[in-house]
Amino acid sequence: MNGVLVVAETRRGELREVSLELISAGLSVKDAAGGRVTVAVVDHDPGRFAPALSADGVDEVLLVTAPGENFEAHVAQQALEQLIDSEQPQLVILGFTIDSLGFGPAVAAHRGLGFASDVTSVAWDGGPIVGRGAYGDKLVSELEFPGKDCTLLMVRAGTFEPAVAGGAAVPTRAAQVSFDGAAAEHLGFEEVQDSGVDITKAPFLFSIGRGVEDKDEIPRFEALAERFGATLSVSRPLVDAGWMPSARQVGQSGKTVKPRVYLALGISGAVQHLAGMRTAETIIAVNTDPEAPIFSVAHYGAVADLFEVADELEQALE
Amino acid sequence: MKIVVPVKQVAALDDEFELLDDGSDVDPDFVERDLNEWDAFSLEAALQLRESTGDGEVIVITIGDDEAEEALLGCLARGADRAVRIWDESLAGADPLAIARVLSAAVGRENADLVMCGVQSSDAVNGATGIALAGYLEMPHVAVIKQLDYDPASSTATVKRELEGGLVEVLRIRTPALLTIQTGINEPRYANLRAIKQAREKPLDVTTPDELGVDSGAIAAAAGSRRRELKHPERGEGAEMIDGSPAEVAARIVEIVRERMSG
Repeated sequence: MNGVLVVAETRRGELREVSLELISAGLSVKDAAGGRVTVAVVDHDPGRFAPALSADGVDEVLLVTAPGENFEAHVAQQALEQLIDSEQPQLVILGFTIDSLGFGPAVAAHRGLGFASDVTSVAWDGGPIVGRGAYGDKLVSELEFPGKDCTLLMVRAGTFEPAVAGGAAVPTRAAQVSFDGAAAEHLGFEEVQDSGVDITKAPFLFSIGRGVEDKDEIPRFEALAERFGATLSVSRPLVDAGWMPSARQVGQSGKTVKPRVYLALGISGAVQHLAGMRTAETIIAVNTDPEAPIFSVAHYGAVADLFEVADELEQALE
Repeated sequence: MKIVVPVKQVAALDDEFELLDDGSDVDPDFVERDLNEWDAFSLEAALQLRESTGDGEVIVITIGDDEAEEALLGCLARGADRAVRIWDESLAGADPLAIARVLSAAVGRENADLVMCGVQSSDAVNGATGIALAGYLEMPHVAVIKQLDYDPASSTATVKRELEGGLVEVLRIRTPALLTIQTGINEPRYANLRAIKQAREKPLDVTTPDELGVDSGAIAAAAGSRRRELKHPERGEGAEMIDGSPAEVAARIVEIVRERMSG
């Protein structure tokens, strides 16, 4: 068993940023895991990403030439299973991302690996020891992987600082992988329609979530946001319910925002939401649940009823 | 047409909760249980497919103790045709791979055209059980679907996969396939009182992993991890909490915003 295998991600001809974070995750346990970090990139033209993956401490970049131009889960699965056979890594690191969710768990099941997803800390004590949220991130579960020769971790984006690439070129190697065809055929990409508002440019976001509970309350918050000089944004449940357009959604599947002030009312802070707003300069959160995960990233918090606070904000801003 | 919908009864913590004395889990007295939010959408998608084609069967399967039967009855009341509950005490706290391994035995024998899972559960947020199940079944799979158009005649489904940042991929997959369904894909129905009463008349099988041919050794071998410890998160610096009445909270918020937005 040797070393760490990190799987980089590409999309539409670009390296996804999370790849460099995953390299950092791998480097953090490199010595304990056998002293070697290999980065695999599965793409139609993998060689073009080698420079961007050449971070200090990476020993080798494995190039896997995929049959199709776009990510395909079954191709990724076949590639990774064969790389596990040929490289015999002790640890495999993927992102907790949409693409990797589409094949990582299948590989772990099919190959009988140790497995953890949405990992938020990685340590070593004779083998990998990881932390991940439990009960909607209100608790942390520490996991071990007894009896497993190889463990696959899916690491949450934003957990590790991205490694700095572009130094001395890391040696590359073309990996021999055979594919027996894709199960899915790519038909195209679609972008969410822009409804005339760009929440990523707003300096002050007034954000509401599930706590609003009633569609009829939305106009009130639109008016309050406007009076406050803010742009209204929302968390996923309000878009799922059809109450607000997806262009206003903050989070993993919506927009990543970095306003000067992010004021969140009635948003508990699911991991996918936090991924989209945790880099705001100042975060203020109001929620009735003192254990709401959003308080772990907020700079200011109040345990209060959002409607009572909204009443008072309306008064104060008159 | 046959559609299998694996579902989970999730645990939501009360605002104040306590751990068991041995620290292994949360004291069940402080937990409220309900059907996983994502599974309401996967069930609804299955029911709509059955209705649009005019025939077929929707089977819900769960792994859970007798309390989890409540979630299955809810699914039957909404329109599922029959239900299967699998349980053995050794499955308490099982990881997604062990769960998927047991499910694979129950789902595999159904020879379904489609298996539809929720993307993730709201309590554990692994996002893994569905796709791990596809791994055991060696079935084509797509994760995180926000639109589905199934064509039984050509044995394909055209789906939209939700990517990060508002991007969507359209792809066609051959079936039988396993799909994980994202929230917002439809509007899950509610069951009326009559349907809730009638749900008790529908078939609900209770079985064990052993009966499905998965013994405790196979479950232990499949398990991907073991929990060492459950603990409260380190909050770091944490938020500076604003105390006081709603008026005082609002006043302080206005003050912070004005200070941060000026200069």
